[in-house]
This record gives sequence, C-alpha cells and structure tokens, in this order.
Amino acid sequence: MRESMRQLIKNPIFKRKETFLALIIIALGTYLSLATTDFLTVANLLDVLVNYSFLGIMSAGMLIVLISGGIDISFTAIATVGQYAMALYIINYGGNLFLAFLIAGVIGVVLGCINGFLIDYLKVPAIIVTIATLNLHYGVLITITKGRWIYGFPEWFRNIPSLFGSGGSGSYALSLPVILLVAVYLFTAFFLNRTTLGRQIYAMGGNQEAAQRLGVNIRKLKIFVYGFMGLVSGIASVIQAQLVQTVAPNAIVGRELDVVAAVVLGGASLAGGTGTVVGTALGVSLIAMMGNGLTLLGISSYWHQVFLGAVIVISVGVTSYSRRRGTQVRRIQVDGE
Amino acid sequence: MTRSDLILKLSSISKYYGGVVALDGVDFSLQRGEVHCLVGENGSGKSTLIKIISGVVAPEPGAVIEVDGRRITHHSPRESLERGIQVIYQDLSLFPNLTVAENIEGVQHFNRRGLMNWKQVREAAVRALDKIGVQLDPHALVGDLSIADRQLVAIARALAFDAKLVIMDEPTASLTRSEVDALLKVVRDLSSKGITILFVSHRLDEVLEIAQRVTVLRDGKIVGVYNAEEVDLQSLPKLMTGRAISSEKVPASTKTDQVLLEVRKLSKAENFKEISFTVSRGEILGITGLLGSGRTELALALFGMNRPDSGEILLEGKPLRLSSNRDAIAAGIAYVPEDRISQGLVMPQSVENNISITTITELCGRLGLIDPAAKGREAAQWSENLDIKMADLSAAVNTLSGGNQQRVVLAKWMSIDPKLLILDSPTAGVDVAAKDGIYSLIRGLAERGIAVILISDEADEVLLNSHRVLIMNRGRILEEIDPSKIGVKELNERIHATAN
Repeated sequence: MRESMRQLIKNPIFKRKETFLALIIIALGTYLSLATTDFLTVANLLDVLVNYSFLGIMSAGMLIVLISGGIDISFTAIATVGQYAMALYIINYGGNLFLAFLIAGVIGVVLGCINGFLIDYLKVPAIIVTIATLNLHYGVLITITKGRWIYGFPEWFRNIPSLFGSGGSGSYALSLPVILLVAVYLFTAFFLNRTTLGRQIYAMGGNQEAAQRLGVNIRKLKIFVYGFMGLVSGIASVIQAQLVQTVAPNAIVGRELDVVAAVVLGGASLAGGTGTVVGTALGVSLIAMMGNGLTLLGISSYWHQVFLGAVIVISVGVTSYSRRRGTQVRRIQVDGE
Repeated sequence: MTRSDLILKLSSISKYYGGVVALDGVDFSLQRGEVHCLVGENGSGKSTLIKIISGVVAPEPGAVIEVDGRRITHHSPRESLERGIQVIYQDLSLFPNLTVAENIEGVQHFNRRGLMNWKQVREAAVRALDKIGVQLDPHALVGDLSIADRQLVAIARALAFDAKLVIMDEPTASLTRSEVDALLKVVRDLSSKGITILFVSHRLDEVLEIAQRVTVLRDGKIVGVYNAEEVDLQSLPKLMTGRAISSEKVPASTKTDQVLLEVRKLSKAENFKEISFTVSRGEILGITGLLGSGRTELALALFGMNRPDSGEILLEGKPLRLSSNRDAIAAGIAYVPEDRISQGLVMPQSVENNISITTITELCGRLGLIDPAAKGREAAQWSENLDIKMADLSAAVNTLSGGNQQRVVLAKWMSIDPKLLILDSPTAGVDVAAKDGIYSLIRGLAERGIAVILISDEADEVLLNSHRVLIMNRGRILEEIDPSKIGVKELNERIHATAN
C-alpha cells in the first residue's frame, strides 16, 4: 500500500501543480455538495464567480508579474486611485461604462508603467519599489480626499445589463464581471503562450542575463509587465465599485497578498519563470470555493484565513516534495546490490 | 592562404581598464573550420579577447577586426551575432524554465513581433539537434537536463543561429570524462562541417586532444601560436606561466605509521558498499573514479552528512558516531566540497568573514559577543599562511580568482586545526599555476601530520600528490594502486575500463 502510494506520487503528472489543485478542488466540491444543500446550485456558483471576479482579474496581472521574475505590492493602491478618479468623474460629469473603464484603465497603465520603469532604472528589487509606490499613491489619495467615501453613482452604473438574463437575483445571468474575468484569462493565456512578447517574459523570468544577451529589451518588457498589472487593476477596480456601489479608499488596499497567494497557490514561482493561467484560475477557484464553503457550513469567517494558510502550506509542500523525490536525489548503481 | 580562408582576423587589439593593461597589441586569426584553443592563466586577457570578438567590449582605437574578410565597424553584440559569431558562455545562458525546443529555436523569434509558430520552433530545434547528432526530447525542460545535455542544447542553439564561429568558454568544466569525450566528438564534427571553433579551457589534456592550433596568452600578449603537435603537457604550462612548473611527486617521508582513520565495511544503499580503508597521519590518500562512482557520497558520509546504513568509522582507534557534520567538525574532520561557489563560500562576504566562520564561536569575548580584533587576527594569520592574494581582508570573496577562492576555503578549514582533511576536486576550474600552488599547500598540510583524502578525477593530480590511490567504481573500491608504479595513461585506462 505504502509502496503503491509512493509509485503514484512519483508519476510526472503529480509534479504538476495543476493536477494536485484540481484534485483538491474536486474533493472539496464533492464534500461541499454533500454537506450543504446550497453549494451545488447554479445561483450559488455564479454568485461566487461574481464575487471573486475582482480577485481573479487582478491575479492574471500578478501571474505575468511573477513569471517575469518580479512582484507587485502596489497594484491595490493603483486600483484605488483609478477607481476614485473614475467615480468622481462619472458622478460629476456622467459618461458611460466604456469611459469608466477607460479612466481607471489608463490611470492603472500609467502608474504601472512608472513602477516598471523605476524597477529597471533604479535596479532596485521590485518589492521595494512597489512598497514605496503603494505608500506613495495611497498616501497622496488619502491626503487629497481625506479618506472620504463616495456614493451616489448614476443610474446606468447601478444597473448594468447582463447577457442571457435579466441580472437580478435568482436568475442565471452571465454578468459583466464574469465576462470580463473570462476575457482577461483568455487574453492572458493567449498572450503568454502564443506571442513572442509573452515568451520573452518567461525567458526574462528564467534567466534575465541570458535574455539580455539575446537582445531582449529588458526595460521595455518590465514596463509592459507592470503596465499590464496596472491595466487589470484598473479594470478590476471598476468591477469592484460596480458590485459594492461605493468607493472607499481603504476597501482594496490590503488585499495584495490574497492575490499573490492565489497565484502562488496556482503554481507560479516567486523565483520567476513559471506559472500558467490554468493554474492561476484553479488557485483562485480554490480560494473562492473555500470561502464560500466555509460560509455555507456556518464556520466563522475568522477560520477562513486559517484554512487558507493551511492549504497554501500543504499545497506548496506536496509539490516541492514530489519534485525533489523525482529529480534531485542522486542514486548510484552499486555493484552487488 | 587566401583572404577568405580566415574567418576572423584581429590586428593590433589593445584594451585598458583604467591603468591596467588587459590586452596589449594582440594579433589573432582563425582559419575557417579549424578547432583553435586559447589558453592562458587567469588574468592573461582571454576573457577580454572573447568579449572583444563577441562585441561586448570595444577595443582601443586603432584595432582592426575582420569577420570573413569584411571589417566590423560598430563593435556591438548584435553585429557579431549577425556576422555568425556565437559565444557559449560558461553559464550557458539557457532558460531552465523553458523547453529544449524553445531554448534552441524559440529564442530566435524574440526579436520579431507577433505570434510564435510552435510547429516551426519544434521542427527547427530537432533539425539543429540532428546537425550535432544528438537526440534530446524537444519537450523536456532544460532545467531537468544534466549539465552535459545543457551544453549540447547551447551548441544546438548556436547552430540554429547560423553560427560560423562558435566560441566555447570552459565548456568541459563540470562534465565527466565520458561526457567530455562526447562533447569533443561534437566539436570535431562541427569543424568538419566548416564551422570554426574557438575553445577556451583550463584542462590542457583536452586542449591537446582537440586543438589543431593553440594560441597562448600571457599578461595581455600573445606568447605564440602553435600547431598542436608542437606542444605537450610539459611545455604548455611553461608557456602559459613563463616559468617551469614542478612536477615532482609528493615525498614519501610525510607519511607516518600512525593510523588516524579506519573505515570498516561502510555501506549505504544506492551510494556505496563495503568500503574499507585506512589513512595515516601525514598521508595523502587519493580516491579517483568516474563521477557517480560514489566517491562524493563516501566523502559526505565521513563528514557526517550522509548517514551510512552499516559499517564502522574509527578515528584514532575509537568508533565515531556522526549524526551531523557538526559531530565531524568537533572530531577534527574538515571537508572542502567540489562546488566551492555554492557549498564552500559565502561569495558576497569578505575574506575575513569567510575564514572565521568555522571558528566564530571561539572568537567570542565576554557576553558571548564576537571579538572583532580576534576575528581579524585569525583571518590575517590564515590568509598569510595560505598566501591569499586579495586587496585586503574586507574584500568580497567573489572578487578573488578561482585559485585564491579555493585558498580561502582551505584557510577556513585549517583554522579548526583538523586531523583529517577531505578535499573533493580541489583544483576544479583553477589555472595551472594556481593548481601548482594548491598542490604545495596540500603537501605542506601532510607534512604537519594532517591526514588528507584527495578526491579527483584528474589522473595526473592524484598520481602526483598521493601516497596511495583507491579507484572507486559503482559504489565499491575496485583496487588500490601505488602511484609510483603506474603512469597517467595507465591509470586513466583503469578508471575508464570500469565504465562498461
């Protein structure tokens, strides 16, 4: 029995984080379907999807940042700045949904590009630069706005129509957040796997010096990577504002590490060079399912973080263990054994 | 010889770094399709010359560089690449997170916009691998390959870039003998296809084996260009260093009759089996064998880092229980690992900190705080004893040459006053003169009564420096050899006879 378990774990498919995650998700889903009546309903699952679309969209940006060998802590502040500016504009001057995304997106891209430029120009670790810009952007925003919340969005921003349904509670609708989430994931997957730019980002994350020797423009790539993080942060911030119908300067800041955790859970390495959109989607799904499941089971929300922490440790531990067993140990063929 | 027979022609190349002369009026040329070796000590200007050829560094004004009869004007890496010059650096510049195919061919697409054509990438990669006659799974991750296979991937990539001249910087530094043979075969093959190879290596036996011509550099000047037949293992080191290198055997007199270490039937599954031997005070015991013969695993077992399944280790006649390397150090056993950069040194730290790290707990004053003066004295003493060349004790170890780095590792272990010193490939990657210096150091230690186990796969090194030699194969000791009764060639044959 133990031997067969060991054989099973040695199978290369178990070195793939995605497999392991998918198994956990299936197990957890099965358990929740049996233990609760509400979990396996279309309404509940769509609801979860909408609620976590914000985290999910930002995780696509974080995935690219981690693959490039960097990290971004400042994107929540960037999202907040974009969100605040967007809200002020549409409440005071009106506009439309496209304009709302445009404002938040452009602000996100600009602030993100500044991150990328600083990281490459100063040759300072990304974590330091983005901790600095997190404080900078958030501090300036709080100072100027004095932390005021914003309410009273225009009617068109309150009721955004959904595809294939009315969008009200109880009906099954593909709402805007879900469509955007899927679109962002599809784009990111296509970009990373099929474009030369996407492959250069993998290359830079794997061995930056070698990429440079091949003529890859490192600065341009970094500006792109952090600019993209800014863009998806801007998009996600509009989604979040639409869902809660208020803008609070402190609503998003503080959730940076949730996003990093989801992406790392999905198999991306903080050392750079690895990570897939499928893995990231699974990582976000697992976190979403756990949050939803624990709520349905009536477990206090304080426990959510404990579970999240435990799942990350176990997941990261198992993959690294099976990888080590598979490749690192040197065996010598000993005569007479 | 017509002009176009020269793939590369350099005239009056000089390079100064500040006031330091790296290259001084060098003329250098490569014939199409030849295998040309460039040798010289560290600091002789080899790397500067490579950097100038590859366009990374521009020479001083007045230099003329012609590739394939046409003059280079910009001295940029891109221009060199476009003219078909490919450098395979010692670190190989590969992407461990990408597949073999993408490393070889995918990277070609980096300077284009648009989409990847994965089918084309795969096919071109397989073609490039076929060209050098190797079969590797194009889907395998480069990070999962052996160093030897990665080397082949790097060569295939150079070919995929349509290289006319491939410069290989220390390509064999971390390969086993049979992997080296395979690599040299690929090199010969390329040369027969008209691709020029500039081969830079410290391992002179390989240089002599592969080269058609050899250029020797010393102190930024060309000492001479020789046909391979004109030079041998005795004359090359002399040309490189400008002085005679001693090749005297270690004196038998340092060996005593007092047995220090006795190993009895030591076994560990999938590592080694029934290993028995003794080492006396003042004796140098050579252990040789192919990589994967179990020699490093055995060394780690003696250092408490690889617990054996059965058998006994006796030090001074008393059984030794080693549950960790701390026990080994306490018993007076020191171990200099093969990979000094990742296992032996803290590279960005100072020489002083590196030397004193093994004795730091003894260098504490009252309150258990480190006594900086005592630490400085300790480091100064050992760096003087071992003649370490450095700016001063606060210089970071990564600014030192390979030979001096190895001395720092030795100094660190000497300071614990060991009874037994285990050296795993102590001269890997250091040049001829530095090797000589390390040999005399090891002999000096033996004279002071330290027992030394010298693990190496360089036959001349073990024969020159050991009182007795054990050949290991597949986890067992095959035979014991008296180095005075056997030559380099014969020992190599015996080691390799075990390969099959």
